[in-house]
Amino acid sequence: MNRRGRMILFLLSAAVFGGVYLWGLKGLPPVGHYRGPYGDVLNQVATYERHVTDIVTAVNFDYRGFDTLGEEFILFMSVVGGTVLLRRQREEEKSEHKDQALSDESPERQAPEPSDATRVLTLGLVGPLVVFGLYMVAHGQLTPGGGFQGGVILATAPLLVYLGGDLKKFKQITSHTLVEVAEAAGAGGYLAIGFAGLILGGAYLRNVAALGRTGVINSGGTIALINLATGLEVAAGFVLLLYAFLEQTLEIRLRGGK
Amino acid sequence: MSFFPYAVAAWLFIIGLYGIVTSRNFVHLVICLAVLQSSTYVLLLSIGYRVGGTAPVFAAVPVGTLAVDPVVQALMLTDIVVEATVVALLLALALQLHKHANTLDPDKLKALEG
Amino acid sequence: MSTLAPLPVVIPLSVAAILSALNKFVGRRLSEALAILTTIATGVICGELLLQARVQPVMHWFGGWTPRAGVALGISFVIDPIAAGAAVFTSLLVLAALIFSLHYFDTVGTLFHVLMLGFLGAMCGFALTGDLFNLFVFFELMSASAFALCGYKVEEPESMQGALNFGITNTVGAFLVLSGIGLLYGRTGALNMAQIGRTLGGNLDGLVITAFIFIMAGFFIKAAVFPFHFWLADAHAVAPTPVCVLFSGIMVELGIYAVLRVYWVIFDGPFAAHRWDVRALLLAVGSITAVVGAVMCFGQRHIKRLLAFSTVSHVGLLTIGFGVLKEGALAGVALYVLGHGLVKAALFLVAGLLLHRFSSVDELELHGRACRMQATGVVFFVAALGLASMPGFATFLGESGIIDGAKGIGQGWVRAVFVIAGVLTAGAVLRVWGRVFRGMGKAEDAETAGAKKIDEGRETNAASHGIPAVMFAPAAALVLLAVAIGLMPGVKRAVRTAAIVMQDRTGYQARVLEHAWIPVTPAEEEHTPIGKGLAWSFGTTAAALVLAFLSLSPYWPSKHVLARPVAKTVHLLRAIHSGHVGDYVAFLTFGVAAFGVVLAVLIHLR
Repeated sequence: MNRRGRMILFLLSAAVFGGVYLWGLKGLPPVGHYRGPYGDVLNQVATYERHVTDIVTAVNFDYRGFDTLGEEFILFMSVVGGTVLLRRQREEEKSEHKDQALSDESPERQAPEPSDATRVLTLGLVGPLVVFGLYMVAHGQLTPGGGFQGGVILATAPLLVYLGGDLKKFKQITSHTLVEVAEAAGAGGYLAIGFAGLILGGAYLRNVAALGRTGVINSGGTIALINLATGLEVAAGFVLLLYAFLEQTLEIRLRGGK
Repeated sequence: MSFFPYAVAAWLFIIGLYGIVTSRNFVHLVICLAVLQSSTYVLLLSIGYRVGGTAPVFAAVPVGTLAVDPVVQALMLTDIVVEATVVALLLALALQLHKHANTLDPDKLKALEG
Repeated sequence: MSTLAPLPVVIPLSVAAILSALNKFVGRRLSEALAILTTIATGVICGELLLQARVQPVMHWFGGWTPRAGVALGISFVIDPIAAGAAVFTSLLVLAALIFSLHYFDTVGTLFHVLMLGFLGAMCGFALTGDLFNLFVFFELMSASAFALCGYKVEEPESMQGALNFGITNTVGAFLVLSGIGLLYGRTGALNMAQIGRTLGGNLDGLVITAFIFIMAGFFIKAAVFPFHFWLADAHAVAPTPVCVLFSGIMVELGIYAVLRVYWVIFDGPFAAHRWDVRALLLAVGSITAVVGAVMCFGQRHIKRLLAFSTVSHVGLLTIGFGVLKEGALAGVALYVLGHGLVKAALFLVAGLLLHRFSSVDELELHGRACRMQATGVVFFVAALGLASMPGFATFLGESGIIDGAKGIGQGWVRAVFVIAGVLTAGAVLRVWGRVFRGMGKAEDAETAGAKKIDEGRETNAASHGIPAVMFAPAAALVLLAVAIGLMPGVKRAVRTAAIVMQDRTGYQARVLEHAWIPVTPAEEEHTPIGKGLAWSFGTTAAALVLAFLSLSPYWPSKHVLARPVAKTVHLLRAIHSGHVGDYVAFLTFGVAAFGVVLAVLIHLR
């Protein structure tokens, strides 16, 4: 279809679609008057039952922990998929070894040097970021935060190294094999905790660890453990994704692209 | 005022669709898809909101204080991760497409007609 | 609570994680062996669950969170016979695909098997879950693995385009589903399907209709129903063969399964007084899908794209079966899914064999080249008969169930749609058989002249002598299974019992929320005479054979007086299948808008 036909079809349909959607939205309770039982019940009972103060984390890793397991594996499969899709093809591998000029050292593969300001800022932030990320991961059951949020923050630390340095330094601090194993360990750890629940408690992902005292960092039983596993997996997963994409940008630069 | 967030959600969905339909660059298209995905965030969070409610974190306030719905926030976390990973996969596809076909314009790709 | 229930999901995912960790250390053979063993184990567990589910739907509450006072706190798996059957079938097809790919792919690492195992785990979870948001999560897990598997051949720009079309349209669909889930959550405050169904009760208003439309449309995008079907042909044309087997064999059918589950548990209450409106919409959409798919199928020359369009057509027939909204038809849908999935998988495996041997899946290019592969030709031929629902195949049992159900509500005309779809799709496949395996016909053709030739790169090593047994055996086994199910006595009755359980809304809710013991009464013996059905099916098969031979013969009328309007319609149809993702999404929006308007108008007219 040509552009005009497509636009006409779309605009008419979108108008009707919008009408249908708004008609459906009218049936919702007005914003600010949440009615349903699910959230209220959990707000009341979660702290007593699981000794955590952050109810969202309790929902994520305990009440609806199986959803989060699925979501973690979505991340896992996407990272694997990204690695597969961005894999170096055979001709790229061959040309890598053929010529010294095509190695990482050659001038064509180097990005322009970052400025001093960039370097100071990025490398200075790496340390605080790592600490902050670990803090976010560890305190998920007490305050807003958790494995996903903290893991993403942790994953940006190597990215800052890339921005402030170059790809060689990025590769130096992130050993590809180690990160892959870390990611699989995080995902596998979540599954293993679930199995512990199945074997010891009869239900998959049942919270079978000691619950601890509310308000301290090691409360929540398996919630805290799953938090750590998730943080590990998310951080490792995003580093792998960054790795795959960055490898490709160099490949493109080498071929004479932008 | 109490309907406005819902209308924003509907608008985001439609404008995301518009971006996808009229896009001339696959990277732009994937970001429009992200906009479409964010309409569900607005929808879910508006559904769970409670006027005068605090965050569902009872570290500083006692249990039983009026709080917003924690379940939609948990759903949103899942949602965001799903979005990020799908965007990553699609961008990887777009990158390889550009590498081998030298274009990112959907109009220029004629291989799969008929 | 059953401890077996979570295993079909967590075992494949565990092995996937392990394989990924050992990615650099294990060889290809070990990862293949692990993947196959895992799939067999998953299949066996699902089989055991199926046996248990026939007594009572099997329950598992994750985290041990059983419901309190009718409020579900956690996520549940609710495994009734149809759900377990879908999971068993999934394992079977993944096993066939993995065995086929033993000889496939020269550059595959363990990551291919990681993706396949993730795909398997996701599909099992999708079939077994009883929680609406969990359904969405597994839908997305299925999609993530599928996108990567579809774009596996990264060197070809068409692969990237096909995978992008697939990815973008299906993601829009997923978020349509999520919007619908949000609407239902806002109304009912629950995410458990049984609880939502119970809370909705029988009231129908704008929100429920919109939620139904969004969720149904989102899953119909996955199921490739018209006008959401455009991505399917593109994805199949470019995906590796074992992946195509899974897409056409079970992934799109799971979209239909999801709509069935969501309708019968959640929406049948509110829509009970308006069943005829829903029927009208579904029968119309299904018929259009079936005809469009069949017509597009006949005009293809790329064998995998041809098979993809035939899948679209058969999904249209499944939608008709769903639309009848009776348990006889629902049983027919289940049997048709089985029968169609088996023969379609076999057809794709043969196409993969041809690609392996001759580096091409273009019908005209392969003219006469497979004359030596007689055994393969027999498999291809017999599978094509299964597409026409010839008696003896599971598809015939499915078709007769659906048509009898339709006649029972006075819509016997759907048989005509079945005939058209069967004749055109089976005719196309038989034409391919004749041209490729028998050398009939010319190497140039009138109606496929318009179809573009898509270059298909090699997928396998250059070892092109003979046919490896691991590639031939799965195809033959699947076709034999399709015939075995079609001839097994008592199959129809057992599936009807399962269908009754699936449609029992209040029973499902009681089982989930109160752990009640629901009565499972076997379906009554059927007394409908099958003579007429047999005659029609044999007739369809014969007509397909005639069509195939006619289209290969020199007498095929290309200048007939009727040819011009037909050619113009076909040309118009082809033009809208443009490969452009903007077109696809425009049609998607049109489809959702049209569904909404039609259903709203129909309901308000009563």
